[in-house]
Amino acid sequence: MTTPLDGNVLAGALANLLVPDPTNLQARCTNCGQVAPIAEAVVYPDAPGLVARCRTCDHVLAAIVDDKDKTYLSLSGLSAIALPK
Amino acid sequence: MSFATRGFAGHRREPDDRLPPGQTLVQRWPVLSAGPTPNVHTDTWDFVIRDESGTEHHWSWEQLLALGVEDVTVDIHCVTHWSKLDMSWRGVSLDKLFENVEAEYDYVMARSYGGYTTNVPLEDLLDGKAWIAIEAEGEPLDPEHGGPARLLVPHLYFWKSAKWIRGLTVMPTNDPGFWEQYGYHIYGDPWKEERYW
Amino acid sequence: MRLVLDVPTWPGNEAGTHVDVRLTAPDGYQATRSYSVATSDRGRVVLGIEELPDGEVSPFLVREVRAGDKLEIHGPLGSYFLWRPGQSNRPVQLIAGGSGVVPLHAMAAAHAAASDSTLFRLVYSVRTPAHVYFRDELAALAGPSFTVDYVYTRQAPPGWGGTVGRLTRDSLASTTIAPHERPRIFVCGSTRFAETVAAWLLDLGHSARDILTERYGGK
Ligand SMILES: [Zn+2]
Repeated sequence: MTTPLDGNVLAGALANLLVPDPTNLQARCTNCGQVAPIAEAVVYPDAPGLVARCRTCDHVLAAIVDDKDKTYLSLSGLSAIALPK
Repeated sequence: MSFATRGFAGHRREPDDRLPPGQTLVQRWPVLSAGPTPNVHTDTWDFVIRDESGTEHHWSWEQLLALGVEDVTVDIHCVTHWSKLDMSWRGVSLDKLFENVEAEYDYVMARSYGGYTTNVPLEDLLDGKAWIAIEAEGEPLDPEHGGPARLLVPHLYFWKSAKWIRGLTVMPTNDPGFWEQYGYHIYGDPWKEERYW
Repeated sequence: MRLVLDVPTWPGNEAGTHVDVRLTAPDGYQATRSYSVATSDRGRVVLGIEELPDGEVSPFLVREVRAGDKLEIHGPLGSYFLWRPGQSNRPVQLIAGGSGVVPLHAMAAAHAAASDSTLFRLVYSVRTPAHVYFRDELAALAGPSFTVDYVYTRQAPPGWGGTVGRLTRDSLASTTIAPHERPRIFVCGSTRFAETVAAWLLDLGHSARDILTERYGGK
């Protein structure tokens, strides 16, 4: 039987998240399933944060809100991102 | 690691007792949008309050206007650091809309055409504190400013004044709306600078 | 407006990348905007900046910044809207609206610097001759493998043989590389410009996969 582990074990896998520039990575929309580079999203920059929407279905893929000392990042509209190894 | 940029102040900020901390006075009215502007027509407009029993109370555009449109002059404060003072608005008080709605729960989720949401405590919408606004500065609300109708809750940061309002759902817990999920404050009092989580 | 920055630690950059410029007010208020890199060479980075009415950052960069000021920049950024020498031998069509020429000029310069013989063409739509960015540089780059076609939307230079007016689908068709030659196409301009041009390109028979767009906002 597999024993569940705690979040510490993700350190190595999540280190891959820190790619210098993820905009050319392929990602999948949770709403319509479209797979496209993040760079092809429709971005609304004039909102109180950056809102990236799916070019196919308008679903919110990602939102970025800038506070003085931190940045809030939501990727809630992306079911997966293909990260390079 | 940022340093001050010589000569940069951002848009003009003049000290003013009526400006909450960190706000700048503007004359124009900036447009902020997080998505495409929905096309909403008053002939098909339908406003709904869903109460805790699940009952839906509907108003057409004519029924809304028949409740009585009042003039209000208020200051608005956007979380992106601008404020506009003494704006004249026309709208229907939410007290009128809630008159015959059974609402014991403490919170409300405002829902808009286009999918936007924002959460507000019910008491912040009652007692003359909030309106369904249909005109600003003598003109029908422009679609880019939320026309034909938007929520107007001027004592909270302006993201709470949902554009293209289509309804309110009474809820037992203070669930976060669109921006509240993405980093903005659950309540948003400009005088306490409640901008972020 | 051309902004020349000395960045001793600049690592060099690929053609088409941008930087984020962040301004900080004494009270900590910050504003950040992205600008395309026009050229960079040994620690010197050149940006092309269009002043947007009602802007907060571009008017500051155009009017207030003086030689010797320190600016905070972050970059090079972007791995999508890029041209790399030797990547493909398909011809390249560049289409610029206004200051959208900045990253496309960077691509044309990189193409020349690499002595890459891929065919490059640029269509450059601009209001008047006074609004042309990098006129001399573009003229110097022109040759057998790089040509520039100007579209003047308001006013043309004296002696201009062509018509004055907005780019149309037909004029786009006649000045760009034909779809059967399968060009890779880079479009940069205002949101409206980029979307109009991209739609025409699809109409003309180009494949969506071959069209990369970069919008800089504005109207
Ligand atoms: Zn989608």
